[in-house]
Amino acid sequence: MAGDKHPNYFMIFVGLAVLTGIELFIAGFSWSKTLIIVTLLALAIWKAIMVALYFMHLRYEGNRLRIFVLAPLPLTVIIVIAVLTEYVW
Amino acid sequence: MDHAETAVMQAPSRREIGAGVYSEKLGMWVFLGSEVLFFTVLIGSYIILRFGSPESFADPGKILNIPVTAVNTFLLICSSMTMVKAFACVQDGNQKGLKLFLVATVLIGATFVSVQVFEYLQLAHEGFLPSGYVDGSHFAELAAAGDLPAKVNIYGSTFFTMTGFHGFHVTMGVVCMVYVTIKAFQGKYTATDHRGVEVIGLYWHFVDLVWILLFTIVYLM
Repeated sequence: MAGDKHPNYFMIFVGLAVLTGIELFIAGFSWSKTLIIVTLLALAIWKAIMVALYFMHLRYEGNRLRIFVLAPLPLTVIIVIAVLTEYVW
Repeated sequence: MDHAETAVMQAPSRREIGAGVYSEKLGMWVFLGSEVLFFTVLIGSYIILRFGSPESFADPGKILNIPVTAVNTFLLICSSMTMVKAFACVQDGNQKGLKLFLVATVLIGATFVSVQVFEYLQLAHEGFLPSGYVDGSHFAELAAAGDLPAKVNIYGSTFFTMTGFHGFHVTMGVVCMVYVTIKAFQGKYTATDHRGVEVIGLYWHFVDLVWILLFTIVYLM
């Protein structure tokens, strides 16, 4: 991304801080446990994607590197499913 | 400077064959790919154990100091901000900004590790270890009174394993960052060659990314 205008890193930072605050707020709610877990996980994944896209500059990388970076993610799903089978069966 | 050395010092923006990035950056992404799997195994195991043996896990707020860890999480996000600003500064040829933001990143990273050590010492003092409660401790008394689970050895081992490995990664990141900062003060990074800053930055943002997930899963759920 050399030569491009820098993203507004401060706004990304503010977004991450605000989402963390929202997480802390939601964790104290008296919603059902499942709803709280799903909401918290969604917020955490949103924050993680923001870090990867803007701070790690994946948004500005070429498609080949993006594919390379995404390659391990299906393996993580396989790992989780494999461990889940230990619990389920 | 011979021809080969000049070739090695090509600008980071120069596209290479294959993945289209220079080799140090590609190497870091390969390493981070293996780290994704490493932390997935840890987090996956934690989730399975937690939902498979809920009686062995306490609600996080009853044992862990969530406000202190929330501040620590904010610190790590701040350090990602300073790291990316250091990268932006070196891209713009701003040497003063590069040094300033790298030093800030080192200091904030070291503070994060220090707070984690403080957290561990506090937990040990109150009787929560990887092996579970310490006999006669504050937490053991709460467990005897029924306010905490009777046994938390699985919780203790998974908590300290996950946060410990992450803390180790942050510590190694701080060590590497000190090295990069020293090189920055020696003027080794320029607007056209700042690979070291970008590569350590990728690692640093990755440990931040992992902590974002760990904080939610271990401390809030």
